[in-house]
Order: sequence, then C-alpha cells, then structure tokens
Amino acid sequence: MTTLDVPQTDRPAGVIHDIGYQRYDGPRLGRRHLLGGLYLHSLRTAFGLGRTFKAKIFPWLIVGVVGVVAAVLIAVRAQIGEAPLDYAEFPEALSVLIIFFCAIVAPELVSRDLHSGVLPLYFARPLHRSDYALVKLAALISATFLTVGVPLTVMFAGAAFMVDGIGAVWDELGDFLPALGYVAVHAVVYSVLALLVASLVRRRAVAAGAIVGAFLLTTPVVVVLSVLPYEAATQLAWLASPVTLVGGIGDWAFEASSDFDVDPYGPLYGLVGVAMVVAGTLLLLARYRKVAAK
Amino acid sequence: MTLIATQSLTKTYGNRVTALSDLTVTVEPGIVGLVGANGAGKSTFIKIMLGLLEPTGGQARVLGLDPMTDGHQVRARVGYMPEHDCLPPDLSAAEFVTHMGRMSGLPKTTARERASETLRHVGLYEERYRQVGGYSTGMKQRVKLAQALVHDPDLLLLDEPTNGLDPAGRDAMLTLIERIGTEFGISVLVCSHLLGEVERICDALVAIEGGRLLRSAQLADMTAVTEVLSVEVSEGSDELAARLTAAGLPIRRDGRLLLVPLLDAGTVPVGAQARDSALDKTYDLILTAVAELDLPLHRLDQRRHRVVELFATDPARVPESTGAGTALEGAR
Repeated sequence: MTTLDVPQTDRPAGVIHDIGYQRYDGPRLGRRHLLGGLYLHSLRTAFGLGRTFKAKIFPWLIVGVVGVVAAVLIAVRAQIGEAPLDYAEFPEALSVLIIFFCAIVAPELVSRDLHSGVLPLYFARPLHRSDYALVKLAALISATFLTVGVPLTVMFAGAAFMVDGIGAVWDELGDFLPALGYVAVHAVVYSVLALLVASLVRRRAVAAGAIVGAFLLTTPVVVVLSVLPYEAATQLAWLASPVTLVGGIGDWAFEASSDFDVDPYGPLYGLVGVAMVVAGTLLLLARYRKVAAK
Repeated sequence: MTLIATQSLTKTYGNRVTALSDLTVTVEPGIVGLVGANGAGKSTFIKIMLGLLEPTGGQARVLGLDPMTDGHQVRARVGYMPEHDCLPPDLSAAEFVTHMGRMSGLPKTTARERASETLRHVGLYEERYRQVGGYSTGMKQRVKLAQALVHDPDLLLLDEPTNGLDPAGRDAMLTLIERIGTEFGISVLVCSHLLGEVERICDALVAIEGGRLLRSAQLADMTAVTEVLSVEVSEGSDELAARLTAAGLPIRRDGRLLLVPLLDAGTVPVGAQARDSALDKTYDLILTAVAELDLPLHRLDQRRHRVVELFATDPARVPESTGAGTALEGAR
C-alpha cells in the first residue's frame, strides 16, 4: 500500500512540515494605500529602479546630461563670477531634454502595461480606473520635476555659497523659487501631453516616437505665424506649439528677460496652458474608462 | 451563501452583438465549471462579475454584492486570472506578485510574505527571483494563478487556465485548481471550452452557448454509481461483448471500446465498501472472460460517465460526445 498508511509515529523527527495554505484575516488597506503603492512603484519604474540595467540606461543618461549641464554652469559661474544662465532659463534651455525624458518614461509607465496586458489585473482589483491614470500622471510629473528640479537646486546651493552676504542669498532665492515653479509648469504640461499619447500606443518604441512627433508637429505653424507682418499674429504665434506655449507662459509669469514677445497676451498663455492640462487630463481619464471595459 | 446569482442577465455590444442573453443562473460555493465554445459569452460573464462591464439588462450578485454598485468590495474579495498574457516580462515573479498583492490592499511586508507563500503553493520556488520573460508557458500560467490568489480571495475567476499547456501541464494545473477548491477552501469558477477537462475537478457545471444558459447542474449525484469500466482488446471484441452480455453485464460499444457498467450498479448503495466490492467483481468477470477467450487485452481502466452525456439531452445542440477533451461545439 502507499506510505500514507504508515502510522504517524514512524515518521522521523525534525522534518519540516508543510503547514499548508494559510487564509489571511489581517487588514486590507484602503484607497490611499493603493494610490501610494502604485505611485512609488511607478516612480521607481520611471528611473528603471528594481529593473534590469537596460531599463536604467535612457532615463539615467538624461539625468546625467542635465546634471553635467548644471555642473558646468556652476563651474563657469565660479570662474567668471556671474551666472551665464538665469535659473528660469535653465528649464527652457533643456526643453528638448525634458521632451526626450517624457518620451522615454511615459511609454515605460503606461504603454508597457497595455502591451503586456497587466492593465486588466489592475482593473480587477479595488483600484479606481481614474486613479490609475491620475497616479501614473503624478508619477511622470514628479519624475520630470525631479530630473530638472534637483540639478537646479544644486545650482542654487552652489550659488548660495558663492555670493557675498545673506542679502545676496535672498536675491538668489527670489530668482530660484519662481524658476522651480517654471520647472513644475514644464513638467505638468509636457507630462500630460506625453502620457496621453503614450496611453494610446501599445508599443513603447512607437509611443516614444509619437510623443516626440506630437511635440514637434505644430512647430511649422509657429514659424509661419511669427513671420506674418502682423504684431498680434507674432505675439500669439507661440500658442501653437506646446514647447513655445510653455515658453510664453515663462515669459509672462516666471522670467525677467523675454525671449518670446507675448505682451499683452501673457494671461492668455496662462489660460491656454491650464486649458491644455485640463483637457489632456480629461481625455486621459476618458481613455482609461474605455480601456477598462475592454 | 450563494456564490453567484444572476437574474435574466443580458449584455449586448452596440445593437448588433449579443454576448449574454437572458441568463439566469445560481452558483453555489465549490469548484464550478463554466463551459462554452469560444464566443459563448464566458469572458463577458466574468467581466460583469468583476463589475468591469455594465450589463444591458438583468441583475447580478457576487458573494451577495452587486458588482455594479459595490465593485470595489467585490474586486477586493475576488481573484481574477485572465485568459491572455498579463505578465510584465522584465519583473521577477516575486516582485510582480508582491506588487499585485499591495494593489489588493495588503500591507507591504504581508504582501511580500504572501507572495512567496503563494508562489510556493503554485509550485514556483527559486525560479521566482528570475525575470518572468524567461519563463515557460507553464510557469507563466502559475504566476498568473499566484497573482489571483495572493490576496486570499473568497472567489477565484479563472479564464481558460489550461490555455497553451501540454497534457502534463494541464493535469498539473487542474490538480492545483482542485487543491485550491478543496484544501484552500476558496471557491473557484473555471472557464473552459473543454468540457472533458473541467468535469474532472468540478462540483457543478454551467454550460452556456451563444450567451444563453444551456444547462446548469451539480455533479455530486452522478459519481460512484455511474462509473464504468472501459475495455479494449486488439481483436475479438465481438466475442467478448457476447460473453459479457451473457454474464449479465449490460455493455455498450464506443468505437473499439467496450463500456461495462459496474455490476449491480443500479442497486449498489453509495458507499465506498459496497462500491469497491462491485468494482472488484466486475473486474474479475471481465478478466476471467478475457482469459478464457484468450484475447489480447489492450486496456482495462475505469472512468466516470462523461458529463457530455449530461448535456446531451438535446442531441442537436451537442453533437459530439467522444472521449475526454470534447469541445462544446454548438452551432452558433
């Protein structure tokens, strides 16, 4: 017969017993916990943490380039004694890099969930559909903000040691804080657009291309409008592309110097920026309502 | 408590496609098979149970809750294993299942502990630290099952869990599901288009076709007493048939097989001892007959009545009724 019929006492002592399946009676945490868990997971994904070396290359390459730019700027300032670039000009000068960063990270955050089919698993759990989209958006905004904001803060810290007197430090701070706000505007506007595009494309490489395309698509419109012989057309031209739109917002709200001539339409730039973010977010939510039902 | 109850559940996509039509069914706890051909409405049924799809008409209740209004509560207590690939290739199984556990509301350390426990229960040990992308289909199916199980649900919804597995993998997966239903004490709804597969492990079967209920039945009342022995001899099956009929066994032919019901099957009370003695007597009779006729015996084994017969009440609907693995190929 089988070994099952051997009396229990004949078993050797000290074996490890399989205690079998354990039911779980402990706490099941609520919405805040789910959001926090997904946010941290997404933020780690953005920088390739907890993943292979391959996933880290591109985000960290951009982080590295931004860091080098910041380091050079600090060094130059230490040498010649004056800042080659205002704080607020920093994100503007790096806008191409920020676009690349969004184009790399946004597909990593949402396209891969679509492609690998993980999304139905999220929606089969007690997670709100809109929460998924909003958390992913928050993670992308945070990642972009950190990538530019941390080097900017380092630049400020460097400058704070270089300038003479506490009064000068306060002046620096007065320049630095609006610039940080300007970085946030970049992060929010770029992230909304990038995530919306990425949420429509399953393949990551295609999504990355589509995001860069979306940012460049309307650039010719800006050029054409700006060469028209009407002052208003020139001043409104920057509205036509997300990159110049953010530049226009910067001119109006964050920068002392003005590269973009937006007067007197500054508030309109702000309004269009807000409208774009709201519309993009609503489209993103609509997108995930539809995906969830599939 | 009733596991799932639907009342004239209807789901149409647009105005054209009817996925479910007037489906009224009640499912009690245990292992339940939901069988139907591809496109019969199984996946739609599951998605309505999860509260991901809104039914066009009718009502559904899962674990006593309405999935449309209490979707989050339902989804917290239900585990779902989808039919299609749903694993990120560049995460380890341990990490992925932990994350999914957290997404079901488990605290961080608990999620990690339960993830490795669950992976162990589905049969993944050291492999769980490797990236899922390098797994075989069988291992991937186990990870999919583990992520549905990690938060200790009261109900598991499994959509074609044996898809893409080889025969040995199928057996292992079915055994695992049976253990979950019996040892773990978790109710399971298994979707499959292979009736012969789920009948092995299910307590009850629900068959749907074209979104309509074909049949819903408990299998408990058709176990021991309906058992048959199947005999296959390389030659002389006619002589053997005649001999056995003469010995009082009402045999049936199924191709080259002779199906022999247990001796006194109709009158034997359900009980292990009585059943065993009937089984032994029948075996003896067959073996004696084969030996006396000096026939080359090819196979002699025991099998239950195919559940296909349960659904064959309307022969026009279920034309095929051969062997294990029969697909419900209703004319849609």
